[in-house]
Amino acid sequence: MSAHAEAHASHPPLANQSSRVDAPTLGMLLFIASEIMLFGSFFTAYFFVRVVNDTAWPPEGFHLPVFVAGVNTAILVTSSFTIHWALQSIKRGNRAGLQAGLVLTVALGLVFLLTQVREYSRIGFAPHDLSFGTIFYGLTGLHGAHVFVGLCLLTMATIRAFRGHFTPAHHHGVEIPGIYWHFVDVMWIVVYATIYVL
Amino acid sequence: MLNPFRSESEAYRFLLLTVGYFAAIVLAAVVLGRWAGLTVFVVLTLAALYLALRRGTPEPRPQEAMVRRGTEDERRILVIANETVGGGALREEIKQRAEGHRERVLVVCPALNAPLRHWVSDEDGARAAAQQRLESSLARLAEAGVDASGEVGDGDPLQAIEDALRTFGADEVIISTHPEGRSHWLERGVVSGARERFDVPITHVITDLEAEREGAG
Repeated sequence: MSAHAEAHASHPPLANQSSRVDAPTLGMLLFIASEIMLFGSFFTAYFFVRVVNDTAWPPEGFHLPVFVAGVNTAILVTSSFTIHWALQSIKRGNRAGLQAGLVLTVALGLVFLLTQVREYSRIGFAPHDLSFGTIFYGLTGLHGAHVFVGLCLLTMATIRAFRGHFTPAHHHGVEIPGIYWHFVDVMWIVVYATIYVL
Repeated sequence: MLNPFRSESEAYRFLLLTVGYFAAIVLAAVVLGRWAGLTVFVVLTLAALYLALRRGTPEPRPQEAMVRRGTEDERRILVIANETVGGGALREEIKQRAEGHRERVLVVCPALNAPLRHWVSDEDGARAAAQQRLESSLARLAEAGVDASGEVGDGDPLQAIEDALRTFGADEVIISTHPEGRSHWLERGVVSGARERFDVPITHVITDLEAEREGAG
């Protein structure tokens, strides 16, 4: 009788796919973990300043434009509806819906970003004005940078949509920026609720 | 794994939930005061964690009936073992079960890996080590007069059994582990899990390698 192993003598062992974490999921998990750590470090600084100092928020003499930022929040949340609509449209083969949804999303994102720039120019304090100013500009600026990256991704997706790319079966180029855009919106809701309102 | 950003639709749903979550906290804090806001925050966070954990727990899988392969007079035995793959108790069990039959034995050695290495798909080392254990075990089985073939399986022993049953179609499965207290597989309920999941007779063999070494010394 003979015993033998079904060996892989001349080449590396074959990769077994049955229970591995697939690459897109792993990539997205690593990305979310890094973003949570990034925003988490800024929020830690914010809560440290606010809780340890135990003073009024915002400090006396400072004023946050809660209403304007609230309107801006509504604009950003609306842009999430439009990107979702765009993606649902291409899944049903509706190219016009995809294009309209993407254009609206980019437009709303731009309005949000420009409103924030306008807010910075009129707010009346600078990043070096107390730890309050540093934290405020740090958190909102970090978020603004994420919106800018999201707008770049969405602009590319929009151009591709008008050039005839994407089908009901293949629309990764819209899906991934869409996930990112929702993530940016979620982070803004956290920023708005904690910095401006509470 | 529960991941709210797996797809755009799930991320969209997560966004809506976030809007509702913060709206409730802000509303309570603004209308009823800071402590009411904190209470709503704690209650909603606990409820969200409870739902996330409940959703993350997989439903028990129905028992899987496997297709029998091979001829009528042939007895197919699937052996799952890792560190105990070369143990004397396991060899004796296989030999005993194969007696009086035209047997076919498949030994599967799961490529156990560290969790981090598994996550980043760094499996080469684990598979090479499993391959080495398997080859020495097959050589010992051959010395004992058992005709066996072997392969390296998935790092999850239950997945390795399922993979092997689909291609090999065994009449019975033998799972070899260390004694209780030293066996990770017993701690994780691999044997009971296999009995629940697979519709084939499963024999559990305890291999005490330390006692065997002492006996040999």
